[in-house]
Amino acid sequence: MADKVYYALYNDDDDLKGAAKKLVEGGIKVNDVFSPFPVHGLDPIIGVKQTRLGIVAFIFGITGLILALVGFQYFMIGDWPMDIGGKPNQNLLFNLPAFIPVTFEFTVLFAAHGMSLTYLIRNKTLPGMPAENPDPRTTDDHFAIKILKSENPELTDNKVEELLKDTNIVELNQKEF
Amino acid sequence: MHKLSEIRQPLILGEKSYGDITNDIVSPIENKAPKGWYILLTISGLIALWGIGNILYLIGVGIGTWGLNKTVGWAWDITNFVWWVGIGHAGTLISAVLLLFRQRWRMAINRSAEAMTIFAVMMAALFPAIHMGRIWLAYFVFPLPNQFGSLWVNFNSPLLWDVFAISTYFSVSLIFWYIGLIPDFATIRDKVKSPVMRKVYGILSFGWSGKAKHWNRFEEVSLVLAGLATPLVFSVHSIVSFDFATSIVPGWHTTIFPPYFVSGAVFSGFAMVLTLLLVMRKVMHLEDYITIKHIEYMNIVIIVTGSIVGIAYITEMFVSWYSGVEYESYAFLNRATGKYWWAYLIMMSANVISPQLFWFKKLRTNLMFTFIMALIINTGMWFERFVIIVTSVHRDYLPSSWSMFYPTWTDLGVFIGTLGIFMFMFLLFARYFPVLALNELKSILKSNGEKYVKK
Repeated sequence: MADKVYYALYNDDDDLKGAAKKLVEGGIKVNDVFSPFPVHGLDPIIGVKQTRLGIVAFIFGITGLILALVGFQYFMIGDWPMDIGGKPNQNLLFNLPAFIPVTFEFTVLFAAHGMSLTYLIRNKTLPGMPAENPDPRTTDDHFAIKILKSENPELTDNKVEELLKDTNIVELNQKEF
Repeated sequence: MHKLSEIRQPLILGEKSYGDITNDIVSPIENKAPKGWYILLTISGLIALWGIGNILYLIGVGIGTWGLNKTVGWAWDITNFVWWVGIGHAGTLISAVLLLFRQRWRMAINRSAEAMTIFAVMMAALFPAIHMGRIWLAYFVFPLPNQFGSLWVNFNSPLLWDVFAISTYFSVSLIFWYIGLIPDFATIRDKVKSPVMRKVYGILSFGWSGKAKHWNRFEEVSLVLAGLATPLVFSVHSIVSFDFATSIVPGWHTTIFPPYFVSGAVFSGFAMVLTLLLVMRKVMHLEDYITIKHIEYMNIVIIVTGSIVGIAYITEMFVSWYSGVEYESYAFLNRATGKYWWAYLIMMSANVISPQLFWFKKLRTNLMFTFIMALIINTGMWFERFVIIVTSVHRDYLPSSWSMFYPTWTDLGVFIGTLGIFMFMFLLFARYFPVLALNELKSILKSNGEKYVKK
């Protein structure tokens, strides 16, 4: 399948945002943007939705909390109730104060690790993964807009050049694959 | 868009562009290290080896080689543990709490402060492990099914809470740090010329390419991790203080301990951050990023936390008299006037009186003075833990059990050794890791950089 990709390179985040806006207004779908740091205000322009990782963290946190409580019920109440100074462990609720610290730590442990692992897997950023940025400068001080021909069938070279002419563009690279 | 107030000073000095920030941080990694780095690395490496030798000797022979006795069962081991954990707290405070408060000055110091946290917590975790005596049985702290029937660890015990607190704290700090490092490793990967380094940083950067969606997730993860790390950092040192506070030893049995320990931890941690950063700033020429204003902000945190610690000392003293419990009153009177009066004096003067000098703007913006103060505070905070631990137990309920604590060479060797290991790791970090959070600094360049603010 022959496809063509355009990379428009910028060296300023405001120019980048302006160009992305212009492209989107011109009816062009921006495939992705590569930047050396998070450019605020860009995501709504190119249609990147807010991530749901916060919810993931919450779910993992709840899992940790429940696991800790189930563990206490089994270790400290069910399997071997401790009797300290004639004050036996009767049920989980009465003994809960002493279990709060570990319950809290376990919640945080699960939420933090669960979210971070999900983040790495969803990003496909894992040890040994190849980098996908088109130009080494995009992790330094340049910003790249990626446009795919397959996503914009009516796009021509002239139209891209036309649209990006007055946007302080540094370079326009194209590649067929 | 964030607007900088007129009266705020720019946080990034010099006419920096995005590219300059990259060059300033990546070029020391690429270039040959200065001679001083090799000398320091060798010295700290030798001290680390001596420390490891001492630790191995301790494990081989047993904790009888420490100066502990029947009355003083905890001394330097737990003093060092609390001291190191306390130092760790500043890194998390800078990276998590200040992130939630949107304090932009943290961005120049968070990376190295977090590295300090991780190395300090490693050193801290060493002490409870080796003080068990038979370290090969350390897995007993986990609730594992075992051959002794239904025998589980006691979750009512603060010592066990500590196991969970420290391990959670260490692992969460580590991922928080590493997730922030990934984009910066990618910057180094794309910048360095040597193919070997490109390969190594390529692996470390996990194939980060800076896509819009990735940055979107990155910011969410940073924020949520900060939100999780903030209560975590407070809980960890509270739990460390429970090791003492839930006991019935006069001098330990105090409800003020959790807030008092947490503020003491931040206090000593900032002193350690300053100790390290003032040197790093000078050697690596980071004056444009870690400005006098940054140092001043940190000194202000030191005044605040130092004053909280001072109030806690005085409150403790008052309550020991007000409680009417004679053992409690004696414990505190003995601290100040007993055999360990000198330790108490060092603690009081270094932690309560000396930080008050930072009220003078001239002093808190003076680098040499700040450096000396940071060393004094580090010492003072070590003595605080020594005073709390040793002076509370060395006078037991029965006068016939009264004793003193005299450190042995192994005590000293293990402590100095951890300083060496810590310095060794920090020096490696300063040489091979991006010492400033590049992506975060770039994101505030336009709002806080001198070049843009002036316009």
